[in-house]
Amino acid sequence: MHHTLVALVEDKPGVLNRVASLFRRRNFNIESLTVGRTAEAGVSRMTIVIDSDQASAERVTAYLYKLVNVLQVEDLGSTPAVARDLALVKVSVAGHDRAALLRIVDETRAHIVDTGEQTMTLEITGEPPHVDAVIRRLEPLGIIEMVRTGQVAMRRGDTALSAAQS
Amino acid sequence: MPKRTGAQIIWECLVHEDVQTVFGYPGGAILPTYDAMLDYPVKHVLVRHEQGATHMADGFARAGGGVGVALATSGPGATNLVTGIATAQMDSSPIVCITGQVPSKYIGYDAFQETDITGITLPITKHSYLVTRAEDIMPAMKEAFHLAKSGRPGPVLVDITKDAQQASIEWAWDPSPVKMRGYRPLNPITSEDLAKATELIRNSKRPVILAGQGVIQSGATQELLAFAERVSCPIAMTLLGIGGVPANHPLNLGMMGMHGEAWVNHAIQEADLLLAFGMRFDDRVTGNTKTYALNAKKIHVDIDPSELNKNIPVDAAILGDLRETLVDLLAVLEPADHAEWITYIDSMKGDAAVRDIQGLPDTGHLYAAHVINDIWRITGGNAIVVTDVGQHQMWEAQYYRHNSPRTLITSGGLGTMGFALPAAIGAKVARPDAEVWVIVGDGGFQMTQAELTTAAQEGIKVNIAIINNGYLGMVRQWQEFFYERRYAATPLKSPDFVKIAEAHGLEGYRVDKRSDVDATINRARKAEGTVLIDFRVEQEDSVYPMVPAGADLHAMIRRPEPSVLAETGADPI
Repeated sequence: MHHTLVALVEDKPGVLNRVASLFRRRNFNIESLTVGRTAEAGVSRMTIVIDSDQASAERVTAYLYKLVNVLQVEDLGSTPAVARDLALVKVSVAGHDRAALLRIVDETRAHIVDTGEQTMTLEITGEPPHVDAVIRRLEPLGIIEMVRTGQVAMRRGDTALSAAQS
Repeated sequence: MPKRTGAQIIWECLVHEDVQTVFGYPGGAILPTYDAMLDYPVKHVLVRHEQGATHMADGFARAGGGVGVALATSGPGATNLVTGIATAQMDSSPIVCITGQVPSKYIGYDAFQETDITGITLPITKHSYLVTRAEDIMPAMKEAFHLAKSGRPGPVLVDITKDAQQASIEWAWDPSPVKMRGYRPLNPITSEDLAKATELIRNSKRPVILAGQGVIQSGATQELLAFAERVSCPIAMTLLGIGGVPANHPLNLGMMGMHGEAWVNHAIQEADLLLAFGMRFDDRVTGNTKTYALNAKKIHVDIDPSELNKNIPVDAAILGDLRETLVDLLAVLEPADHAEWITYIDSMKGDAAVRDIQGLPDTGHLYAAHVINDIWRITGGNAIVVTDVGQHQMWEAQYYRHNSPRTLITSGGLGTMGFALPAAIGAKVARPDAEVWVIVGDGGFQMTQAELTTAAQEGIKVNIAIINNGYLGMVRQWQEFFYERRYAATPLKSPDFVKIAEAHGLEGYRVDKRSDVDATINRARKAEGTVLIDFRVEQEDSVYPMVPAGADLHAMIRRPEPSVLAETGADPI
């Protein structure tokens, strides 16, 4: 079962290493991990997707809090949340019916972000299952290169995750 | 503001933290700090291997309740600290390790004696710092001490580059308290958790307290006894909990777990309520968790939220300081009586006394249990005993009856052989007034034997009892029980330990008869310097009872019952 955790951490050297090391050390497998800045200077936000049950996710949350540089952790497992993944996919158009590809683009809200002589590069954004589904449809056309950002997520509604000391 | 070098700032910080002794070994990258040391009122103990420095700092912290400090250079000096840091981490011991690092411009270039010690120690420290500027030394040092001793204590490493030690800056001590945004050492105890626990305690007919090291670290002995007496609740101890509850207290059942007495483990298995106080349900105390205390509701009090519901799911989890929790519980709990349950546990002791090794008549054979029991008797149970790891460690836990906290110092979680001698040196430095005994196997002693030289050079007196059975005894026992007596690599040839003592100008004795034990122990106690006694004990004795690793807690291997034991009927001493 996929579990999404969001952690606000201090933007200091080695913090990503500490977080990643924790998952390795405690024998949890990270499916995806993204890091980026937040609206507050000095605070970064990590979205970590792991394959675990609820009890394990609670354990990981407790371990994360033990890291001195971790400010807040939110387990989005049971919370309505907006989740997004972004993929760039370079697909071969040589010897294909371009129309087939354009139909997929049209039907899946993908964007063409680059075109070459032999290839076309698409941007797909959405819930991770949506991105998975689009990629599956593209596979028969021949995927030449692909990159995914990993999931980012945020709770729905007015409640906000804040790094302020509770 | 006056000018200070980074090296001077390190010592200024140590003095402000009230550090009077550091344990260390000099080298290139830490040389500026050693040079500055001479101008500060801090004593330095020169170890023979940096592992010894961490164990000494650890023993110092456990015996005295303060923070122990180890100092080492970069590269191999730093990597030699690793075993001691991991030991301190597993047993929540507050130590601060300061290492020199190559100059900051060389970091990442594989410079001479460069190693990524913050990376290496990342999973075995509570936190760590890499400091590359003199300005950052004080904040790192202040935070390091704060982290080491607050909340659940643990080791902190501060790695300081040589150029940061050499740089000179305008500096003044900042007396303001440490503020760390993401660090929450203490959480308020919630009234819902307390109410839930109170309800479970009120409804219990067969409660057992599981007392861990948290009792000692939170200074909760008095509150724990008041609680146990109030609700008439027997107490079982973990290995590291020994000393937190006086051995002579009538409610103290003794040690639980793999080598706990049979009645203690049976009491746990038959209890209807377990009150886990500052312990972590380690696999050595639970055995098979699927069959562990199935009839019992469980209350767990711990200062570390990640321990709650980790190994054993509980019915009431209280996050907080144990002493405060007990004060809160005492405020609401009325007296209860469990005399019937206590009598029942007592009846389970059965023939344990006659099976006890102490009931053996003196046939000239020397048993480790005899030696340890005699050390207990002669020292009146008042010594600080520092053990190594293995059979002698378990016999110590069984036969030396500790009545006060911080008198048994042992590597529980990591099980580090070689711990005893250096940790004892640290303990003696922390408690110079105390009588300190090292109880160590012939194998473990040889792992850090070099620290005998440290004790000799520094004039630190400890009494060393080598329980010498010519084997790596606990491994041999496992081979006997579980590997068809195939003694792979466990027979052990040792040097003449008496001569080794004498080579240091220290007294050394060999004892192979029970009749010589008392007199030799007394000679050691009277001697001014460190004394080493080589006790030649029964070679193939085993520790009983034993719960095989992963087996059900009630499925113990008991001491075989030679008829001679039953005939003597002798009271155990």
